[in-house]
Amino acid sequence: MQRSFDIAVIGGGVVGLAILRRFAMSGLSAVLLERGADILNGASKGNSALLHTGFDAPTGSTELACMQAGYAEYLAIHEKLNLPLVQSTALVVAWSEQEQAKLDGIMAKAHANGVADVRHVARDELRKLEPKLSPAAKAAVLVPGEHIIDAWSAPLAYAHQALAHGAVILRNAEVTGGNFSNGEWTLASKAGPVTARIVINAAGNFGDLVEAMARVSPFTITPRRGQFVVFDKEASQLVDAIILPVPTERTKGVVLFRTAYGNLAIGPTAEDVTEREVAATDTATLERLKARALDMVPSLAGIGVNAIYAGLRPATEHKDYVIEALPERGWITVGGIRSTGLTACLGIAQHVAKLYALHFGALPNPPDPIWTPVPNLAEDRPRPYMQGGEIVCHCERVTRGEIVAALEGPLPAGDLGGLKRRTRAMMGRCQGFNCSAHVEALFREKSHGAA
Amino acid sequence: MERRDVIIIGGGPAGLSAARRLAELGVAATVLERDQQAGGVPRHCGHLGFGWQSHRRLWTGPRFAEQLRADSTALDVRTGHTVLGIDGNVLRVQNQHGINEMAANRIILATGTRETPRAPRFVGGSRPRGVTTTGALQANVYLQNFKPFACPVIIGSEWVSFSAILTCRHAGIRPVAMIEAKDHISAPRPGDLISKLIYGVPVWTRTKLTAIAGQPQVEAVEIERHGKRERIACDGVIFTGEWVPEAALLVNRPKVTLAGNVHGDLKTSGACWREGRAIAEQIARGSA
Repeated sequence: MQRSFDIAVIGGGVVGLAILRRFAMSGLSAVLLERGADILNGASKGNSALLHTGFDAPTGSTELACMQAGYAEYLAIHEKLNLPLVQSTALVVAWSEQEQAKLDGIMAKAHANGVADVRHVARDELRKLEPKLSPAAKAAVLVPGEHIIDAWSAPLAYAHQALAHGAVILRNAEVTGGNFSNGEWTLASKAGPVTARIVINAAGNFGDLVEAMARVSPFTITPRRGQFVVFDKEASQLVDAIILPVPTERTKGVVLFRTAYGNLAIGPTAEDVTEREVAATDTATLERLKARALDMVPSLAGIGVNAIYAGLRPATEHKDYVIEALPERGWITVGGIRSTGLTACLGIAQHVAKLYALHFGALPNPPDPIWTPVPNLAEDRPRPYMQGGEIVCHCERVTRGEIVAALEGPLPAGDLGGLKRRTRAMMGRCQGFNCSAHVEALFREKSHGAA
Repeated sequence: MERRDVIIIGGGPAGLSAARRLAELGVAATVLERDQQAGGVPRHCGHLGFGWQSHRRLWTGPRFAEQLRADSTALDVRTGHTVLGIDGNVLRVQNQHGINEMAANRIILATGTRETPRAPRFVGGSRPRGVTTTGALQANVYLQNFKPFACPVIIGSEWVSFSAILTCRHAGIRPVAMIEAKDHISAPRPGDLISKLIYGVPVWTRTKLTAIAGQPQVEAVEIERHGKRERIACDGVIFTGEWVPEAALLVNRPKVTLAGNVHGDLKTSGACWREGRAIAEQIARGSA
């Protein structure tokens, strides 16, 4: 196997994969090293899967610039990669007079951020737009450009496109050390050594630890845990827009949103934790989230909960992302991408490519792009079972063909979590009561016993 | 569009017995079963306890399911047929070839029931391998010959919880304990003695599971026992019982007749079989 590259990206989350894709499509040789058994095993696996306009991001920040560039690129490429775009709109809902007083400020910030189509929605109109929302809702700001996407098929598509352009993705490849000499990095990894001219740190919740290979890290990660509760399909009929709270200084707050898979979910919480790897849930918080959802939409009462999950966002002491090049060290830092990574990742990749061109040399003339459409997982477009086939996971209507396909190809599922993220199998209301033995047997058969 | 007098959704004990009885009474019925094989949940209950109410035999679940299929050979039972939705008397049905509509004068819903898994119980902690339900464990042990763990805890003490113990025993799995939040077991009284004396599994009542720990496999559970927190080493968690009807097709409130465990209160497979038969007789009388 090739061991020497122009670019080595550390971290197989949504940010690392978008960067890998950008460099591979620019004609450079690129490798990605992921510590987990599959991509999307860290911060990227537990988010709310929304495509944000940046209306509420810090004005003038790198984060905002990357979000808006990422948003635009997603709109430009999603059809070529067969990625969903559920044009839902969002409502920032004020539930108290104090919150209502902040809506003008939210409008002003949106305008300052170049999001011009936001507008006030008074109580009567809010009742018409969202009749199932509790009458306690006082007023809102409508943000037409906020959309629902799919947190897993998008980065998977970026990975596949990178692979089609010659990139290499190494999994179970935790980087254990690195040495920079004669203008080249030698990285030691659990998948063997790799050399590269430039290393890009996109290590998410491990970003500060990886950064220490190049310098004293200018940021410290304090993972911010976010828990979510997912309601059964019938709940998605109750709300149309993404229901955002009036944000606080610290967090965007708990959001009620439909998912691309046809559910309704609430989350995330924002809890500072020390644990970097295991995103644990706890009963009391889940109960509070469910109660909050029922406060917002009383007719949710009696609708079942399908799933619970938690994610860890790589928060730092800085308000903005930390994205910078170290020209003398052959290194680019991409740190603290804490809650807008799915939206911003394509923009971050553009930004990183510009830093590369500025400090490390012009990018070669790119070859024609190869488009690698991924299987559709979203409910708003045709799904494979509609064409026939054997349904294995009945709750989510996943066919045997989809499961087999996810276990083959250039980037087969590395673990059961990866299989779920590629197919939705076992993620529905029965949580595998009916199909898990069958699905897991298919996984064992295809992956030769690797768990 | 294909039209049938009666369509039965679900080919388990209730659905198959209803179809057979309808045929005996001269009413043509079609059974739509989403799995590749009819027989329902008994297919993966490998222990004894099936067949008495219907056939006056004492069989294992798979043997009972085999008999149900044998009793249905002359009937119109279509496996691999998933009903996606019901609108009035029209059903949207998916199969190997795509989606079609079918119409029926009467629809019997016999889709059964499932156990409540971890998520809606709001049991916190990490998300390791080895967290399952009795149904999924039985499918692993009896259908896939796979042992997902060696020493799990069992959550709940309904009849099915003891079925989980039997399944473990069959596979050489040794449960650490059976945990019940109430101050007595849910199944009738001798269950705990049988569990303890015959199978060596202690039953802890007034004990609540609060969290699951471990990655990638379960390493321990946190419990609250008589008000005190404890950590119990184990490598799996079996959530048992707390049955939820498999009633997603009822969301639009279609006019259907329910048969078997989709009703709610859990009945034995024999009771479901008898209910399917009784409903068939009512329908035959009504349409006669």
